[in-house]
Amino acid sequence: MSQSVYEKIGGDAAVNAAVDLFYRKVLADDRINGFFDGTDMEKQAAKQKAFLTMALGGPNNYTGEDMRKGHAHLVERGLNDSHFDAVMENLGATLKELGVPDDLIGEAAAIAESTRNDVLGK
Amino acid sequence: MTKIVYQGRSYERLDDETVLRCLLRNDVRAPYSCESGACQSCTMQATSGVIPSNAQEDLKETQKVLGYFKPCVCKPAGDLEVVALDDAHKQKQHLTVVEKSFLNDEILRLRLSSDEPFKYHAGQFINLFKDDLIRSYSLASLPDRDSTLELHIRRVPMGVVSNWLCDDVQVGDQLSVAGPMGECFYHETGNEEGLLAVGTGSGLAPLWGIVRDALAHGFDKPIILCHGGMTPERLYYVDELHQLEKRHDNFSYYPCVSGVDENALPAGISWGFPNDVAFALQPELVKWQLFLCGHPEMVANTKRKAFLQGVALKNIHADPFLPASPPT
Repeated sequence: MSQSVYEKIGGDAAVNAAVDLFYRKVLADDRINGFFDGTDMEKQAAKQKAFLTMALGGPNNYTGEDMRKGHAHLVERGLNDSHFDAVMENLGATLKELGVPDDLIGEAAAIAESTRNDVLGK
Repeated sequence: MTKIVYQGRSYERLDDETVLRCLLRNDVRAPYSCESGACQSCTMQATSGVIPSNAQEDLKETQKVLGYFKPCVCKPAGDLEVVALDDAHKQKQHLTVVEKSFLNDEILRLRLSSDEPFKYHAGQFINLFKDDLIRSYSLASLPDRDSTLELHIRRVPMGVVSNWLCDDVQVGDQLSVAGPMGECFYHETGNEEGLLAVGTGSGLAPLWGIVRDALAHGFDKPIILCHGGMTPERLYYVDELHQLEKRHDNFSYYPCVSGVDENALPAGISWGFPNDVAFALQPELVKWQLFLCGHPEMVANTKRKAFLQGVALKNIHADPFLPASPPT
């Protein structure tokens, strides 16, 4: 089996470096930060880390069903493709800032993209 | 094969099994999600035994000090005694009221003594029980300097517990408490450039403990404390804090008042909310540790603003004082 992006960029330590950066971008992004109002920042950061780990092909046990259940309350509040696109954009910008090569960013984006329908409850 | 003691019950852990898998195999209903050490939803606290370092990776330094760890990636070499975070401190004990005095028109200081040794970090809180009501109060005392435990109780209008403490409880009475709890305390990492403490009202209690704790441990980088109240009368420990300022060159104290006309303020008091005063005083906070205690909205806004300015979440310690739900 070929190495995942997660392994290539340095595993858990690399994700730790990415998580604050990514979460900061998400919280500063007026297109999507309304969905995070009133949430516990520590718990959110841990979820962002789990998401990044998954997008980078690292160890995770998330199923499509988890993604659906986890986001259903946000879909009710109007979560749609434009918001998902904004998160994808922030993901790409984070990895670029950390100096991850474009082809690996592409791989991560493809994994994240594969969750779109489940996240949006389609 | 090693043993895992969870909530007082012992389980045999198979070689190469994680603590979480061992508990789940034994039908313990432990919460978990990612099982890869990322989401922290399974976090527990070890009360005895050696935790492998990978099981504490990327937890806050204060959590590591308390023995928090991630059971989903934990394969200890020896036996481990662990508790769920919710139940970590349910055991009640009795403390005796040894002193009762009012610090201003709404805040009561209680000093309590304990027959048994009471271990805590300055800034942690305890739960106090009155019948079936529970309230959380922060510890303002220092474990190795003060012989008693100190609480600051704000009299909440219609508050059953705070009014009982203010009016009915007498010196010599016993109070039922559990704890300590909370992760808002001083722990030097060696990398921080300063400590910023921001509080409103009785949120000064944990900060009074945390600041003195840092000074007692020889922390020699800048420490800034901004304490806010609606009116000058709502501030307290003003003299004590100014005295502390005189004794330590690296400590500065800013009393802040937001609810009166700026021109009517006595000298030496800053006008505005303590968090705004703090950000104006120290715009560059990236390598600082922050301690935020008091009004929940102030705590949430300050935390978010500091994080967006580049402060790592691990360096923001917060203790929002949530109102109790009204009695039903």
